[in-house]
Parts: sequence; C-alpha cells; structure tokens
Amino acid sequence: MIARHIAAVAVALVAGGTAWAQDSILVQSTTSTANSGLYDYLLPIFQNETDIQVNVVAVGTGQAIRNAENCDGDVLLVHAKASEEKFVAAGFGTARTDLMYNDFVVVGPAADPAGVAGMNDIQGALAKISEAAAPFASRGDDSGTHKAEMRLWSSAGIDPTAASGEWYRETGSGMGATLNTGIGMGAYVMTDRATWISFNNKQDYVVAVEGDPDMFNQYGVIPVSPAKCPSVNADAAKIFADWLVSGEGQAAIAAYKVSGQQLFFPNAPEN
Amino acid sequence: MGEAFSLALALVFSGDADLLEIVLLSLRVSVTASVLACLFGLPLGALIAIGRFPGRNAVLILVNSLMGLPPVVVGLLVYLHLSRSGPLGFLGLLYTPTAMIIAQTILIAPIVAALSRQVLEDLHTEYADQFRSLCLTGTQTVQALLWDARFSLLTVGLAGFGRAVAEVGAVIIVGGNIDHLTRVMTTAIALETSKGELALALALGMILLVIALGVNAAVQSVRLTAMRQAYA
Repeated sequence: MIARHIAAVAVALVAGGTAWAQDSILVQSTTSTANSGLYDYLLPIFQNETDIQVNVVAVGTGQAIRNAENCDGDVLLVHAKASEEKFVAAGFGTARTDLMYNDFVVVGPAADPAGVAGMNDIQGALAKISEAAAPFASRGDDSGTHKAEMRLWSSAGIDPTAASGEWYRETGSGMGATLNTGIGMGAYVMTDRATWISFNNKQDYVVAVEGDPDMFNQYGVIPVSPAKCPSVNADAAKIFADWLVSGEGQAAIAAYKVSGQQLFFPNAPEN
Repeated sequence: MGEAFSLALALVFSGDADLLEIVLLSLRVSVTASVLACLFGLPLGALIAIGRFPGRNAVLILVNSLMGLPPVVVGLLVYLHLSRSGPLGFLGLLYTPTAMIIAQTILIAPIVAALSRQVLEDLHTEYADQFRSLCLTGTQTVQALLWDARFSLLTVGLAGFGRAVAEVGAVIIVGGNIDHLTRVMTTAIALETSKGELALALALGMILLVIALGVNAAVQSVRLTAMRQAYA
C-alpha cells in the first residue's frame, strides 16, 4: 500500500521532466567548438531558418564517438579523422565531410625553460622539451587533441609516457582544465588555437610553437546512421549537417571571430 | 575574489535570464531528487531502525557505505542504463532533467536512509517500553517515530539536498550540460572554469552558496514555526 503511494508520487515527480521537442537533434561534439563560443554564434542562425532545435553535448572526441556509437546523438562533430573514418566504416555514420580546420599550437610560460619559443618545427620542439625534461601537460583523455599530440610525439621518435608523472603529466581532463592545470605548474601545453584564443586565464603564457604543417587540425561532421541507430532524427540531422557544409554555413563559420581573430576556417568540399 | 563578488552582484541584479533558468533548473532537479530520496530513504531507514531481520547488520553497513557513492560512478551507471543502447534506452530519457533527477535520487537516497536510521533508532530505544505497552503494530510504530522525529528528519533531508545541489559528476554525464536544457549551476561552474573564466565561475559559486543558504533558511523558518505550534 505504502509502496504503491511512493511509486505514484515518484512517477508524478519524475514525469515532470522535459521531453525532447519533436524536431530537435543532439550533437555529440568536441569541446573546442563549444568552449570557443562557435555554437552560440552558429546555432541561432541555423535555428532561425529551420525550427530545428540543436542541443550540444561537448565532450572529448573519444567520448563523443563512443556516445554516438551508443546511439546517444544524431550528429557527430569532432576532430580525429582516422577515428571518424573508422566510425563511418563500422556503419555508425552515413558519411563524413570535412567541415573546417584550424591548427594546434604549443603554449608555454614566458620564461620558456626548454628554449622552444618561436620554433615552427614541432618534432624539434618536442625533442627539446623532452631533453630539457621541461614540464609538459597532456590531455591524456583520448580526445582529438590527445590523439594528435600522441601522433606528433611518435613522429618525433619519443615516448613521453615513459616519463609520465615526472615531466610528462597527463591530466585526463578537457582542454580548458588541462590549460588551467598546465599554466598552474608552468608546463607546456598543446592546444587547438580556437580554445587558446578564447581562453581567459592565460596569465604569462604565450604561443611558443606554431606554423608546422603537421599541426593542422581538421574538423569533420557525420550524421549518425539510422540503419544502426533507429532512434536518431535522421532527417533533421541531415538538414543540419548539410547546412554546415553549405555556402551559408561555411560563411557563418568564417565570420565567427573572437578578439578580432578568426577561429575556424571552413573547408568543406564544394558540391 | 573582489572581481568575482562584484560579478555575482551584477549577474543577480541585472536579472540575467540565462542565470535564472539555470538556477531554477538546479532547484527543480535537486529539490525533486531530495523529495524522492526521502520517499524511498525514510521508510528504508525506519525499517532498518526498528526491524529485526537476518542480514540487518549487513544491510546497515551497506547503506552506510553507500553514503560515500562517488557521483561520477552513479552518473556512469545511470548513463549505461538510459543510453539508447542500454536496457532503458527506449524511454529516451538520457540528456533530460529527468535523467538528472534519477541520478541524484540514487546518489542521496542512501544518505537519507542511513542518517534517518540513526535518528529513528535512537528515538525508538527511548520509546520502546511505551510502544510495547500500547501494543502498536509495526506500521503504527513507524508512523509514530517518523512524526516524532520530523524536525530531525528535516535536517536529514537538507543533508541530502546539500549533496545533490553541490554535485557535478553525475549530472554532467547524464545531463550533458546542454545549454537551455540540462545546464545547472554546478555544470555551468565547471564549464566557465574550463573556459578560463575563473571570476565568472567563482561568481556562480557564490550564487549557488546563497541559494543553498536560502533553501536552508526557508526550511529552518518552517521548522521553527511548526515547533512553536507543536510545543506551545
């Protein structure tokens, strides 16, 4: 009897939860696009035209892909091309399209303990950091930035994880949290430029290494496949993805600036 | 600190619509979770307090230990169940306030059960002879105990609310920190911190503290009024 009352009240209380609006989609996204304010700029433009509500969950690329593989998202917008292609090949995504790019930079304290300031050769800079055993804070979270960083270490012929806990420090956190931590301990940090420009706790940190073609950072967009995930809102997802790579979406991406600097450079193939 | 303080004041007095939305969602999620946790936790606490059954000690230790449940583990468990690929995925509840309420309820129900168990057991020891002489049934005993301990149990509920409104680990996983949908005070603070907006993050923290203060003050005034009437 009492149990039944409890159950009734519980159902009444919980049922007050908001249900998804009919035409809404969920984007599983990397953090840089959300933290830099890109969605706050893009989504109102898109939503004005289409009446599709776009909700964004911003997590690291690795987690975003796993969430999408669990069918917990309609669109995937991340930056790790190899993993994205695997996602599509496994049938989770309908198609992957290049969306935009920017680049990675290594930021460091003004004191520059490893003497890498002004370098544009990332492998050389990483070698100097590891020789000097200067603190380096890594994401360590299987994100797009972390994957790119590991690829660069490996191309420099260095296994930094051997010094894990010494000069090489894996925070296991997002980009912003890793920047906060790295800056707190005077460590070099590799970050995407968009997050860096919009980051507001720079203290005495400056961009130390930039301009190496290997530090190219490509973003892609993939609608989640309704064949694999029947629950997705495939039509709305396709409309959103198509809009992003359309002339209008690309122009909107190019128009987004923080402190006068363009953060993302559209490069979707023309159709 | 000073910057954060003036930012907090500016946010509050400008009547920022986004802030209001976030505050109201925080309250809705955590108050609902606290009420639900009491609905499940108080009867469970009472049962362990006066019940004599095999395995009672084990249950007691289990409930006490569950007070230390890490929010992120609760979040993960709820995520795995509510995910589209999980057993309850068909409900479509992931990334909704409902999912957040479920996670926080699971997180704080053990706290309510464990603390109320202690309160009720102490009271029961005190009244045991009286209850025996009145030949009360188990249900009547529980009702009498819950009623008599109502003021202490209010504090138990507040302990649960405090834990719920302050946690970030569970709601960020099952809610996703979606703007205008599942963003609450703690996830907003985490987001602003990750953007390096430390003053704004701290300002939001101050506002959260004031909200908790307001809830506690409201409950305290209800309690004082009720006590005055009860013992007048």
